[in-house]
Amino acid sequence: MFERKIFSRAAAVAAIAGLAAVAPAKAEDTVKVGLILPMTGGQASTGKQIENAVKLYMQQKGDTVAGKKVEIILKDDAAIPDKTKTAAQELIVNDKVNFIAGFGVTPAALAAAPLATQAKIPEVVMAAGTSIITERSPYIVRTSFTLAQSSTIIADWAVKNGIKKVATLTSDYAPGNDALNFFKQNFTAGGGEVVEEVKTPLQNPDFAPFLQRMKDAKPDAIFVFVPAGQGGNFMKQYAERGLDKAGIKVIGPGDVTDDDLLNNMGDAVLGTVTAHLYSAAHPSAMNKDFVAAYKKAFGNRPGFMAVSGYDGIHLIYEALKKTNGDTDGTKLVEAMKGQKWESPRGPISIDPETRDIVQNIYIRKVEKVDGELYNVEFATFEAVKDLGKTKK
Amino acid sequence: MTAILTNLFDGVAYGMLLFVLACGLAVTLGLMNFVNLAHGAFAMAGGYVCMVLVNRMGWPFFAALPLAFVSSAAIGIALERTLYRHLYTRSHLDQVLFTIGLTFMSVAAVDYIQGSSRVFINLPAALQGQFDVFGVGIGRYRLMIIVICGLLTIGLQMVLAKTRFGSRLRAAVDDPRAASGLGINVPQVFAFTFAFGCGLAGLGGALSAEILGLDPYFPLKFMIYFLIVVTVGGSSSITGPFLASLLLGIGDVAGKYYVPKMGPFVIYTMMIVILIWRPNGLFGRTAAR
Repeated sequence: MFERKIFSRAAAVAAIAGLAAVAPAKAEDTVKVGLILPMTGGQASTGKQIENAVKLYMQQKGDTVAGKKVEIILKDDAAIPDKTKTAAQELIVNDKVNFIAGFGVTPAALAAAPLATQAKIPEVVMAAGTSIITERSPYIVRTSFTLAQSSTIIADWAVKNGIKKVATLTSDYAPGNDALNFFKQNFTAGGGEVVEEVKTPLQNPDFAPFLQRMKDAKPDAIFVFVPAGQGGNFMKQYAERGLDKAGIKVIGPGDVTDDDLLNNMGDAVLGTVTAHLYSAAHPSAMNKDFVAAYKKAFGNRPGFMAVSGYDGIHLIYEALKKTNGDTDGTKLVEAMKGQKWESPRGPISIDPETRDIVQNIYIRKVEKVDGELYNVEFATFEAVKDLGKTKK
Repeated sequence: MTAILTNLFDGVAYGMLLFVLACGLAVTLGLMNFVNLAHGAFAMAGGYVCMVLVNRMGWPFFAALPLAFVSSAAIGIALERTLYRHLYTRSHLDQVLFTIGLTFMSVAAVDYIQGSSRVFINLPAALQGQFDVFGVGIGRYRLMIIVICGLLTIGLQMVLAKTRFGSRLRAAVDDPRAASGLGINVPQVFAFTFAFGCGLAGLGGALSAEILGLDPYFPLKFMIYFLIVVTVGGSSSITGPFLASLLLGIGDVAGKYYVPKMGPFVIYTMMIVILIWRPNGLFGRTAAR
């Protein structure tokens, strides 16, 4: 017994010595990415999609890049900013991560911003969509979207397609207000009229009275932004109340018809027109492979959150390639600026000035394809920048 | 004019739904003097049972509704026998801590088993859409809710007022010691009542998936509504919470329709005003137990 212990200890020492001889200290061989996501709570579907996408990417591309092993450390913040901050602190101080990434909601991304600045490490935002985020730290880079991108585009599209009177229904919180303001700005500038404006509480149990108000205002279309998850309830009640038969269309940023939930919403959503960055039905070969691989691995369809996560980890890999494995945060951010690549959603790039994403925004209509509901793209606005920056 | 009637109809349907969801709580809180904050968890259980039966196993919706009732009642009676009965004599604070813990556990359990995204129950085509009666839009699903909940309310009132079980229950509530002295098996009566209240919540949960949305956070999101119904209605009878539910349902819908900016505040304002005016609720007993 005693002998064996000594032997094993000796073996361990020998092994360590051997390792040390082959390579320098282990810590320098690993690049750590702290992934902070809402894995529980109301935003958990966002977190799960991003986590899945990151896993998928690393399965496909391997976990070494520029001679370094990439290690993901996942922390759950339940979309509560205080928890995000604690998680980011732990990751930076204890785990000595080289990147922080994820961030399901705007307040979470903002809570981590000062820490990224102090620690001088890149913060890769993979979900949150308010314009101001990238202005809060020179280390923030975003691979998701901003609400201004899709809201202004759908407004321009509506003006051109004979929609003159619009009633708006938006959730009463920062992204909802962003969506509403950017929509209104472009829609009224184009000669449209907002006849009714309703902000629904975030924890809204029943859309009935709001929808009745919409119906009585007799607009050409309703502009809708509600957080993912409420979209299904909204669409069902929209059909129940017969707004579809009254000829009132639904338009909006694509959150309301997120691929994650779309197929369960029922035929009421057919014909809904939205502007968004990604549809699982995007007809490129790359996307077909991505959707097939994602479905095979996780059993369901990827949504726009999954693709944002996939591109986020891709950007981290590319930055490391460009710096040749140098993990200096400032150099990594520099390396991320101006990156251009083909994503499952189409061609995208990182704006070197704002560190925000530049991407195509597609106009899509919900249609039935092979018995399943999909957002089918029919028009493209190319290389849309974020129009919502306060510093222009 | 038609807008008023449509709103009234929607409000009544919403109120009825609140009543079925909350009346079990009125029973446990008012009649048994037990603070059961986990009430919404039973509603959620019923909703998920109905969803699994209809969507995954292909049961017809109307066959799944009674099963939602039965399964929630069964969970209710199991928990009552094993856990709740030990807390009847404890302080309200203990009861609150215990049941809120139970609520969080139910949220985590459902999140783990079914995932956190919102679920929908596939409805038969006959329940979808709206039809017009003299220009007033009547939603089929909401009409069904009004019918089911209306019948339930009448049935409940009859059972409480006219049957032997009803009088035993009222006796057990008014004075448990004297009632057990008269040979009434008080724990049994309470257990049965508790299970029935849970069953009603389960039915309410199944019915509300379409209108309120069903996800693992249901028990937390709607706890406040249940409590408003019980505090405003007073918890000494069935009629109190019933009228309170209707008032809140109609008030909420009308508030959101006519003053959408103030929408969410209307029912809270109503609650505060009513409670200042009548601290024991609309139909509360003035003499405390």
